Amino acid sequence: MTQKEALTEYLLRLADSDMILGQRLCELCGKAPALEEEMALMNVALDLVGQARNWYEYAAELIDDGRDADKLAFRRDAHDYRNLLLTEQPNEDYAVTMGRQFFYDAWHYFTLKSLVNASNERVAAIAAKALKEVTYHLRRSSEWVKRLGDGTEESHRRMQDAVDILWRFTGELITPDETDRLMAEAGIGPDPEQLKEDWRGMVKEVLQEATLTPQPDDAWMYLGGKRGEHTEHLGFILAEMQFLQRAYPDATTW
Amino acid sequence: MYAQLVETGAKRVKSLDEMSPEERAFQEKIDAEVKIEPKNWMPEGYRKTLVRQISQHAHSEVVGMLPEGNWVTRAPTLKRKLQLMAKIQDEAGHGLYLYSAMETLGADRDEEIEKLHQGKAKYSSIFNYPTLNWADMGAVGWLVDGAAIVNQVVLQRTSYGPYSRAMIRICKEESFHQRQGYQILLDMMREGTEEQKQMVQDAINRLWWPALMMFGPHDDESPNSQQSMAWKIKRKSNDELRQMFIDQTVPQLEYLGCTAPDPDLKWNEERGHYDFGEINWQEFYDVLKGNGPCNRERINTRKKAIEEGAWVREAAVAYAKKQKQRAEAA
Repeated sequence: MTQKEALTEYLLRLADSDMILGQRLCELCGKAPALEEEMALMNVALDLVGQARNWYEYAAELIDDGRDADKLAFRRDAHDYRNLLLTEQPNEDYAVTMGRQFFYDAWHYFTLKSLVNASNERVAAIAAKALKEVTYHLRRSSEWVKRLGDGTEESHRRMQDAVDILWRFTGELITPDETDRLMAEAGIGPDPEQLKEDWRGMVKEVLQEATLTPQPDDAWMYLGGKRGEHTEHLGFILAEMQFLQRAYPDATTW
Repeated sequence: MYAQLVETGAKRVKSLDEMSPEERAFQEKIDAEVKIEPKNWMPEGYRKTLVRQISQHAHSEVVGMLPEGNWVTRAPTLKRKLQLMAKIQDEAGHGLYLYSAMETLGADRDEEIEKLHQGKAKYSSIFNYPTLNWADMGAVGWLVDGAAIVNQVVLQRTSYGPYSRAMIRICKEESFHQRQGYQILLDMMREGTEEQKQMVQDAINRLWWPALMMFGPHDDESPNSQQSMAWKIKRKSNDELRQMFIDQTVPQLEYLGCTAPDPDLKWNEERGHYDFGEINWQEFYDVLKGNGPCNRERINTRKKAIEEGAWVREAAVAYAKKQKQRAEAA
């Protein structure tokens, strides 16, 4: 794998993860538990899809085969998608929605914090803008995890269930593969060991405060999103998200 | 906008002579275009009418997110998706802002929402129509937000201060939504395929009449209008507003290269306005009574969201209480 190939692959992971999680949040439109949450969810989703667009645009330039950001988002099938499995998990209840968000935000935050110092200026610039947004996302989702974990008996049970349900998808966030290592070596991506330590530290701290129990670090983990092997959910997400582009392939303008 | 048939509780408008000294001072203030503020004295009818109108407006913003939520997961490009998401976010914001304006009148947001869920409070009839193809996202922006703006621009001068200020802020964002909506249609008509052009015409065919219904019944069928006008809660009549909307919209329709589903629509040189056909009032009243294509779905979705979210809100309250106790203990 050349460095350019690794960078392209890495950009697609960032873009696809943002895009798919943004899509999941869009599904909640009109269904949030309060109007304030309605606004906050759409706000976070808007940030994520906006960031996805920035990463896609850069990826499209590197791929340079005539496809633009829209083609990358709306015309690739599941096996070409590189999002983290965590992001494609269904909304279920608000505990799962917030748990998923928190695990992702913690990873996203530390990743971007490293990317702002990337040797690649374009990456650093996109990350800098994104980091401001994600700092807020993380603050919000960690607050919700604490509220639900340490709220009522019911919310505690639901939040603990959410942690247990989602845990097996979190290993992927901190299990580096060749692309991650190449990016770290190139001075672009975060040091995998550091990322693992930071993520675990943050998660432990918040879960503890939320009176929740994490699963053991050596629990079995479901990997595969980064190499295009997804859960069954992704196919349905794409079928919905890509409907117009697939149904009207001749349309060049929308 | 988004308020139709708001009850005032008044059978006819009192003359100044018939009013109590307080009512008279109030009416004179209104006549002098002085804004009424939350702490000022106001007749109970005025307060109730405003609560009804502002809550209807707020409910409409929130229910209005649903037909758009129907397409936000299927928007065709990143740009259009982001635009639609931003629009939906604005609407949630408008809802919050309007509920706050309403609460300055002593009403409670949760109680008013409960009335909506019980079918006792209204929201704009337009949101009971389904959004069936992508062009609906353009047509909703152009026609529905367009109709809303015509009403709201006038409401910027409404007599109740907090409502007036809410309208000023909301109008700015709505104008932006309307332009974006029109652009969606224009791009498809100019550069789209035959199928896309058909989508646009289909969306207009379905939404044209419901958009005209947004202005409410004819003036002579609108018994509450007179009192609302006297209180300057309303500033122009339903028919006047509807005509304004038609006059500004038809040239835009022609520019698109589309047609309206109304054979009677034509320019009247003498009147200096467009003539147009009669609205299907039976349909209007049916939808208002709950018998529109999506009335049940819209309310059920909102009810479900609030009911299923109860444990979340309870948790937030319980947590805040614990935090407070901890802070006090420390």
